[in-house]
Amino acid sequence: MNTWIAIGLTVLGCYAVKLAGLLVPAHVIERPLVRRLAALLPVALLAALTAQQTFAQGHALVLDARAAGLGAAAVALVLRAPFLVVVAAAVVVTAGVRALGG
Amino acid sequence: MADGVAKPDAAVVRDALGVGVAVGLSGFAFGVTSAGSGLGLLQTCVLSLLVFTGASQFALVGALAAGGSPYTAAAGAFFLGVRNAFYGLRLSQLLALPRAVRPLAAQWVIDETTAVTLAQPTRRAARIGFTVTGLTLYVLWNLTTLLGALGAKAIGDTRAWGLDAAGPAVFLALLAPMLRSATERAVAGLAVLLGLGLLPVLPAGVPVLAAALAAPVALFVSGRKAMEKDAEERR
Repeated sequence: MNTWIAIGLTVLGCYAVKLAGLLVPAHVIERPLVRRLAALLPVALLAALTAQQTFAQGHALVLDARAAGLGAAAVALVLRAPFLVVVAAAVVVTAGVRALGG
Repeated sequence: MADGVAKPDAAVVRDALGVGVAVGLSGFAFGVTSAGSGLGLLQTCVLSLLVFTGASQFALVGALAAGGSPYTAAAGAFFLGVRNAFYGLRLSQLLALPRAVRPLAAQWVIDETTAVTLAQPTRRAARIGFTVTGLTLYVLWNLTTLLGALGAKAIGDTRAWGLDAAGPAVFLALLAPMLRSATERAVAGLAVLLGLGLLPVLPAGVPVLAAALAAPVALFVSGRKAMEKDAEERR
Protein backbone atom coordinates (compact mmCIF):
# COMPACT_ATOMS: atom_id res chain seq x y z
CA MET A 1 0.00 0.00 0.00
CA ASN A 2 2.81 2.36 0.95
CA THR A 3 4.41 1.65 -2.40
CA TRP A 4 1.21 2.63 -4.22
CA ILE A 5 1.02 5.89 -2.22
CA ALA A 6 4.58 6.71 -3.30
CA ILE A 7 3.78 5.81 -6.91
CA GLY A 8 0.58 7.87 -6.94
CA LEU A 9 2.29 10.95 -5.51
CA THR A 10 5.20 10.63 -7.94
CA VAL A 11 2.88 10.21 -10.93
CA LEU A 12 0.87 13.31 -10.00
CA GLY A 13 3.87 15.44 -9.04
CA CYS A 14 6.01 14.61 -12.05
CA TYR A 15 3.16 15.12 -14.51
CA ALA A 16 2.15 18.40 -12.88
CA VAL A 17 5.62 19.93 -13.27
CA LYS A 18 5.88 18.77 -16.89
CA LEU A 19 2.51 20.31 -17.71
CA ALA A 20 3.28 23.47 -15.76
CA GLY A 21 6.27 24.14 -17.99
CA LEU A 22 4.10 24.03 -21.09
CA LEU A 23 1.17 26.01 -19.64
CA VAL A 24 2.59 28.61 -17.27
CA PRO A 25 3.43 31.97 -18.86
CA ALA A 26 7.18 32.27 -19.30
CA HIS A 27 7.66 35.34 -17.08
CA VAL A 28 6.38 33.50 -14.00
CA ILE A 29 9.25 31.01 -13.81
CA GLU A 30 11.76 32.64 -16.13
CA ARG A 31 13.50 34.61 -13.34
CA PRO A 32 17.30 34.38 -13.17
CA LEU A 33 17.37 33.11 -9.59
CA VAL A 34 14.65 30.50 -10.17
CA ARG A 35 16.35 29.35 -13.37
CA ARG A 36 19.72 28.97 -11.65
CA LEU A 37 18.16 27.06 -8.77
CA ALA A 38 16.28 24.75 -11.14
CA ALA A 39 19.51 24.03 -13.01
CA LEU A 40 21.47 23.31 -9.82
CA LEU A 41 18.82 21.23 -8.04
CA PRO A 42 19.21 18.16 -10.30
CA VAL A 43 23.00 18.45 -9.99
CA ALA A 44 22.75 18.17 -6.20
CA LEU A 45 20.18 15.38 -6.26
CA LEU A 46 21.92 13.30 -8.92
CA ALA A 47 25.29 13.63 -7.18
CA ALA A 48 23.84 12.59 -3.82
CA LEU A 49 21.92 9.70 -5.38
CA THR A 50 24.95 8.46 -7.31
CA ALA A 51 27.05 8.46 -4.15
CA GLN A 52 24.39 6.84 -1.97
CA GLN A 53 23.44 4.09 -4.35
CA THR A 54 27.12 3.28 -4.80
CA PHE A 55 28.31 3.38 -1.18
CA ALA A 56 25.23 2.84 0.99
CA GLN A 57 24.17 -0.41 2.57
CA GLY A 58 21.15 0.49 4.66
CA HIS A 59 22.46 3.15 7.05
CA ALA A 60 26.10 2.13 6.69
CA LEU A 61 28.71 3.23 4.17
CA VAL A 62 30.52 0.39 2.43
CA LEU A 63 33.07 -0.01 -0.31
CA ASP A 64 32.08 -2.95 -2.51
CA ALA A 65 31.92 -4.07 -6.14
CA ARG A 66 29.53 -1.23 -7.03
CA ALA A 67 32.36 1.29 -6.57
CA ALA A 68 34.41 -0.53 -9.21
CA GLY A 69 31.36 -0.55 -11.49
CA LEU A 70 30.84 3.17 -11.05
CA GLY A 71 34.52 3.75 -11.77
CA ALA A 72 34.08 1.87 -15.04
CA ALA A 73 31.05 4.02 -15.87
CA ALA A 74 33.11 7.15 -15.17
CA VAL A 75 35.86 5.96 -17.51
CA ALA A 76 33.24 5.22 -20.19
CA LEU A 77 31.84 8.74 -19.75
CA VAL A 78 35.28 10.31 -20.09
CA LEU A 79 35.74 8.31 -23.31
CA ARG A 80 32.38 9.73 -24.50
CA ALA A 81 30.77 6.32 -24.75
CA PRO A 82 27.03 6.19 -25.51
CA PHE A 83 24.56 6.05 -22.62
CA LEU A 84 23.91 2.31 -22.89
CA VAL A 85 27.62 1.49 -22.92
CA VAL A 86 28.13 3.54 -19.75
CA VAL A 87 25.41 1.61 -17.92
CA ALA A 88 26.59 -1.73 -19.33
CA ALA A 89 30.17 -1.03 -18.22
CA ALA A 90 28.99 -0.45 -14.64
CA VAL A 91 26.89 -3.62 -14.61
CA VAL A 92 29.52 -5.88 -16.20
CA VAL A 93 32.39 -4.67 -13.99
CA THR A 94 30.27 -4.91 -10.82
CA ALA A 95 29.23 -8.46 -11.72
CA GLY A 96 32.84 -9.34 -12.58
CA VAL A 97 34.25 -8.03 -9.31
CA ARG A 98 31.54 -9.91 -7.35
CA ALA A 99 32.26 -13.12 -9.29
CA LEU A 100 35.91 -12.73 -8.28
CA GLY A 101 34.80 -12.50 -4.68
CA GLY A 102 34.95 -8.70 -4.23
CA MET B 1 17.46 27.49 -32.03
CA ALA B 2 19.49 29.08 -34.84
CA ASP B 3 16.77 29.88 -37.34
CA GLY B 4 17.11 29.69 -41.08
CA VAL B 5 18.92 26.80 -42.72
CA ALA B 6 16.48 23.94 -43.15
CA LYS B 7 17.57 20.45 -42.20
CA PRO B 8 16.26 17.46 -44.20
CA ASP B 9 13.43 15.69 -42.36
CA ALA B 10 15.21 12.36 -42.73
CA ALA B 11 18.27 13.71 -40.89
CA VAL B 12 16.10 14.92 -38.01
CA VAL B 13 14.33 11.55 -37.80
CA ARG B 14 17.70 9.76 -37.79
CA ASP B 15 19.03 11.88 -34.90
CA ALA B 16 15.81 11.44 -32.97
CA LEU B 17 15.72 7.68 -33.50
CA GLY B 18 19.34 7.37 -32.38
CA VAL B 19 18.60 9.00 -29.04
CA GLY B 20 15.20 7.35 -28.65
CA VAL B 21 16.46 3.83 -29.27
CA ALA B 22 19.61 4.11 -27.14
CA VAL B 23 17.87 5.56 -24.11
CA GLY B 24 14.65 3.61 -24.66
CA LEU B 25 16.53 0.34 -24.31
CA SER B 26 17.81 1.33 -20.88
CA GLY B 27 14.26 0.85 -19.61
CA PHE B 28 15.42 -2.72 -19.22
CA ALA B 29 17.76 -1.61 -16.44
CA PHE B 30 14.88 0.20 -14.77
CA GLY B 31 12.58 -2.83 -15.01
CA VAL B 32 15.20 -5.08 -13.45
CA THR B 33 16.13 -2.55 -10.75
CA SER B 34 12.51 -1.90 -9.83
CA ALA B 35 11.63 -5.59 -9.62
CA GLY B 36 14.84 -6.19 -7.67
CA SER B 37 13.78 -3.42 -5.26
CA GLY B 38 10.65 -5.38 -4.43
CA LEU B 39 8.08 -3.60 -6.61
CA GLY B 40 5.51 -5.73 -8.42
CA LEU B 41 5.16 -6.05 -12.18
CA LEU B 42 2.14 -3.72 -12.30
CA GLN B 43 3.81 -1.15 -10.05
CA THR B 44 6.94 -1.16 -12.18
CA CYS B 45 5.00 -0.75 -15.43
CA VAL B 46 2.73 1.97 -14.01
CA LEU B 47 5.84 3.99 -13.11
CA SER B 48 7.21 3.83 -16.65
CA LEU B 49 3.83 4.49 -18.24
CA LEU B 50 2.75 7.38 -16.03
CA VAL B 51 5.87 8.91 -14.48
CA PHE B 52 8.07 8.50 -17.58
CA THR B 53 11.11 10.39 -16.39
CA GLY B 54 13.95 7.99 -15.71
CA ALA B 55 15.90 9.68 -12.94
CA SER B 56 12.75 10.12 -10.82
CA GLN B 57 11.78 6.49 -11.37
CA PHE B 58 15.21 5.16 -10.36
CA ALA B 59 15.26 7.50 -7.35
CA LEU B 60 11.82 6.37 -6.20
CA VAL B 61 12.49 2.63 -6.32
CA GLY B 62 15.94 3.15 -4.79
CA ALA B 63 14.48 5.12 -1.88
CA LEU B 64 11.70 2.56 -1.33
CA ALA B 65 14.21 -0.30 -1.42
CA ALA B 66 16.32 1.52 1.17
CA GLY B 67 13.29 1.61 3.46
CA GLY B 68 12.34 5.25 2.96
CA SER B 69 8.82 6.41 3.75
CA PRO B 70 6.54 6.81 0.70
CA TYR B 71 6.53 10.59 1.24
CA THR B 72 10.29 11.16 1.36
CA ALA B 73 10.70 8.73 -1.56
CA ALA B 74 8.12 10.61 -3.63
CA ALA B 75 9.58 13.97 -2.62
CA GLY B 76 13.02 12.99 -3.91
CA ALA B 77 11.53 11.79 -7.18
CA PHE B 78 9.45 14.97 -7.47
CA PHE B 79 12.37 17.35 -6.92
CA LEU B 80 14.32 15.51 -9.62
CA GLY B 81 11.35 15.98 -11.95
CA VAL B 82 11.15 19.75 -11.38
CA ARG B 83 13.73 20.37 -14.10
CA ASN B 84 11.19 19.17 -16.64
CA ALA B 85 9.11 22.31 -15.97
CA PHE B 86 11.99 24.41 -17.29
CA TYR B 87 12.39 22.15 -20.29
CA GLY B 88 8.69 22.63 -20.98
CA LEU B 89 9.13 26.37 -20.86
CA ARG B 90 11.76 26.30 -23.60
CA LEU B 91 9.87 23.73 -25.64
CA SER B 92 6.57 25.59 -25.57
CA GLN B 93 8.32 28.53 -27.24
CA LEU B 94 10.10 26.36 -29.82
CA LEU B 95 7.21 24.04 -30.69
CA ALA B 96 4.32 26.54 -30.38
CA LEU B 97 1.91 23.72 -29.56
CA PRO B 98 -1.87 24.22 -29.71
CA ARG B 99 -3.32 24.33 -26.18
CA ALA B 100 -5.33 21.13 -26.72
CA VAL B 101 -2.18 19.14 -27.53
CA ARG B 102 -0.19 20.33 -24.50
CA PRO B 103 -1.59 17.92 -21.88
CA LEU B 104 -0.56 15.02 -24.15
CA ALA B 105 2.81 16.46 -25.19
CA ALA B 106 3.63 17.21 -21.52
CA GLN B 107 4.27 13.53 -20.76
CA TRP B 108 7.17 13.57 -23.25
CA VAL B 109 8.88 16.65 -21.83
CA ILE B 110 12.10 15.05 -20.51
CA ASP B 111 15.90 15.32 -20.83
CA GLU B 112 16.27 13.50 -24.13
CA THR B 113 13.37 15.04 -26.08
CA THR B 114 14.52 18.48 -24.93
CA ALA B 115 18.11 17.85 -26.01
CA VAL B 116 17.03 16.72 -29.49
CA THR B 117 14.46 19.50 -29.92
CA LEU B 118 16.82 22.31 -28.84
CA ALA B 119 19.40 21.10 -31.37
CA GLN B 120 17.07 21.63 -34.37
CA PRO B 121 17.43 24.64 -36.68
CA THR B 122 13.76 25.21 -37.58
CA ARG B 123 10.32 24.85 -36.00
CA ARG B 124 9.41 22.06 -38.41
CA ALA B 125 12.59 20.15 -37.50
CA ALA B 126 12.00 20.80 -33.79
CA ARG B 127 8.46 19.39 -34.01
CA ILE B 128 9.63 16.30 -35.91
CA GLY B 129 12.55 15.81 -33.50
CA PHE B 130 10.30 16.12 -30.43
CA THR B 131 7.64 13.76 -31.78
CA VAL B 132 9.97 11.05 -33.07
CA THR B 133 12.19 11.07 -29.97
CA GLY B 134 9.17 11.14 -27.65
CA LEU B 135 7.30 8.35 -29.41
CA THR B 136 10.34 6.07 -29.83
CA LEU B 137 11.42 6.56 -26.25
CA TYR B 138 7.94 6.11 -24.79
CA VAL B 139 7.26 2.87 -26.66
CA LEU B 140 10.72 1.34 -26.07
CA TRP B 141 11.08 2.51 -22.46
CA ASN B 142 7.78 0.87 -21.54
CA LEU B 143 8.42 -2.28 -23.53
CA THR B 144 11.90 -2.77 -22.07
CA THR B 145 10.60 -1.95 -18.55
CA LEU B 146 8.15 -4.83 -18.90
CA LEU B 147 10.86 -7.16 -20.24
CA GLY B 148 13.26 -6.11 -17.47
CA ALA B 149 10.69 -6.69 -14.73
CA LEU B 150 9.82 -10.10 -16.17
CA GLY B 151 13.49 -10.90 -16.70
CA ALA B 152 14.39 -10.01 -13.12
CA LYS B 153 12.35 -12.99 -11.94
CA ALA B 154 14.13 -15.32 -14.37
CA ILE B 155 17.52 -13.87 -13.42
CA GLY B 156 16.97 -14.39 -9.71
CA ASP B 157 19.59 -12.51 -7.69
CA THR B 158 20.00 -9.23 -9.59
CA ARG B 159 22.99 -8.29 -7.43
CA ALA B 160 25.01 -11.26 -8.68
CA TRP B 161 24.60 -9.81 -12.17
CA GLY B 162 25.78 -6.39 -11.06
CA LEU B 163 22.40 -4.88 -11.90
CA ASP B 164 22.33 -2.85 -8.68
CA ALA B 165 25.05 -0.73 -10.31
CA ALA B 166 22.72 0.28 -13.17
CA GLY B 167 20.89 2.92 -11.10
CA PRO B 168 23.94 4.90 -9.96
CA ALA B 169 25.48 4.58 -13.45
CA VAL B 170 22.34 6.14 -14.95
CA PHE B 171 22.53 9.00 -12.43
CA LEU B 172 26.22 9.55 -13.18
CA ALA B 173 25.57 9.59 -16.94
CA LEU B 174 22.85 12.21 -16.47
CA LEU B 175 25.01 14.22 -14.06
CA ALA B 176 28.27 14.29 -16.05
CA PRO B 177 27.18 16.73 -18.80
CA MET B 178 25.78 19.10 -16.14
CA LEU B 179 29.16 19.61 -14.44
CA ARG B 180 30.21 22.47 -16.68
CA SER B 181 31.34 25.17 -14.28
CA ALA B 182 32.97 25.41 -10.86
CA THR B 183 29.57 26.17 -9.28
CA GLU B 184 28.06 22.93 -10.60
CA ARG B 185 31.07 20.92 -9.42
CA ALA B 186 30.94 22.58 -5.98
CA VAL B 187 27.23 21.76 -5.69
CA ALA B 188 27.87 18.13 -6.68
CA GLY B 189 30.75 17.80 -4.20
CA LEU B 190 28.77 19.33 -1.34
CA ALA B 191 25.74 17.17 -2.17
CA VAL B 192 27.87 14.01 -2.06
CA LEU B 193 29.24 15.01 1.36
CA LEU B 194 25.77 15.79 2.72
CA GLY B 195 24.20 12.69 1.16
CA LEU B 196 26.82 10.31 2.55
CA GLY B 197 27.52 12.16 5.79
CA LEU B 198 23.88 12.28 6.87
CA LEU B 199 23.12 8.72 5.77
CA PRO B 200 23.95 7.08 9.12
CA VAL B 201 21.94 9.59 11.19
CA LEU B 202 18.77 10.47 9.24
CA PRO B 203 15.86 8.24 8.15
CA ALA B 204 16.20 6.65 4.70
CA GLY B 205 15.42 9.05 1.85
CA VAL B 206 15.89 12.20 3.94
CA PRO B 207 19.66 12.60 3.34
CA VAL B 208 19.05 13.01 -0.41
CA LEU B 209 16.54 15.77 0.27
CA ALA B 210 19.01 17.43 2.64
CA ALA B 211 21.70 17.16 -0.04
CA ALA B 212 19.45 19.17 -2.36
CA LEU B 213 20.19 22.14 -0.06
CA ALA B 214 23.64 22.24 -1.67
CA ALA B 215 21.98 24.05 -4.60
CA PRO B 216 20.62 27.11 -2.73
CA VAL B 217 23.76 27.22 -0.54
CA ALA B 218 26.01 27.40 -3.60
CA LEU B 219 23.78 30.04 -5.18
CA PHE B 220 23.93 32.11 -2.00
CA VAL B 221 27.72 31.85 -1.77
CA SER B 222 28.31 32.60 -5.45
CA GLY B 223 25.83 35.49 -5.21
CA ARG B 224 27.75 36.97 -2.27
CA LYS B 225 31.06 36.56 -4.09
CA ALA B 226 29.64 38.40 -7.08
CA MET B 227 28.43 41.21 -4.79
CA GLU B 228 31.82 41.52 -3.08
CA LYS B 229 33.52 41.65 -6.46
CA ASP B 230 31.07 44.32 -7.50
CA ALA B 231 31.78 46.37 -4.39
CA GLU B 232 35.55 46.05 -4.90
CA GLU B 233 35.31 47.21 -8.47
CA ARG B 234 33.34 50.25 -7.40
CA ARG B 235 35.99 51.23 -4.87
